[in-house]
Amino acid sequence: MPRSVKKGPYIDEKLLSRIQEMNNSNQKKVLKTWARRSTITPDFVGHTLAIHNGNKFIPVFISENMVGHKLGEFSPTRTFRGHRATEKSSKVR
Amino acid sequence: MARISGIDLPKEKRVVIGLTYIFGIGLTSSKNILREASVDESIRVKDLSNDDVAKIRAIIIKSYRVEGVLRTEVTMNIKRLMDIGCYRGLRHRRGLPVRGQRTHTNARTRRGRRAGISGGRK
Repeated sequence: MPRSVKKGPYIDEKLLSRIQEMNNSNQKKVLKTWARRSTITPDFVGHTLAIHNGNKFIPVFISENMVGHKLGEFSPTRTFRGHRATEKSSKVR
Repeated sequence: MARISGIDLPKEKRVVIGLTYIFGIGLTSSKNILREASVDESIRVKDLSNDDVAKIRAIIIKSYRVEGVLRTEVTMNIKRLMDIGCYRGLRHRRGLPVRGQRTHTNARTRRGRRAGISGGRK
């Protein structure tokens, strides 16, 4: 279920202020962040953020299309390469 | 002969049902369209007057996205997800369920026929 519209999007305040600071001073650095739950706003576009996935930081360049998604969507937390092919247990009954 | 937005013309069916043969129009929108055109739902498609057909066609063109346009829109949405490299896009790329379903078992619709050791019936 989506978040209530009444509340508005959740944006990590600290991250937002750091980004606005960068926008104002026109610099671009990779910001490390743990705020996976934060929504991407138009302010973020053009920056590269290193988003924590629980293990390391995944650098993500934020493009216009990504606005409205959450940061965490771009930093996968699991390495999954498929289940092993059905084994003996389910081979014959 | 009723030919609305492209290639659609099921003849022997009631209009409500007939309209649902158009991609992008289900039962609900079909009923809404007929109400707006004030056409009785239960006439057969072949018995529609040209007037009715024209009215229905106008309504669909005005306020619905159907067939080709809709299909491209859907693929574009999926393509967008894949291009930005978000989780849902990754799932689309790998052909796995997108909305958090389990994949240990089931998920056969997305993953296709079983591979691996064919259990086979005994």
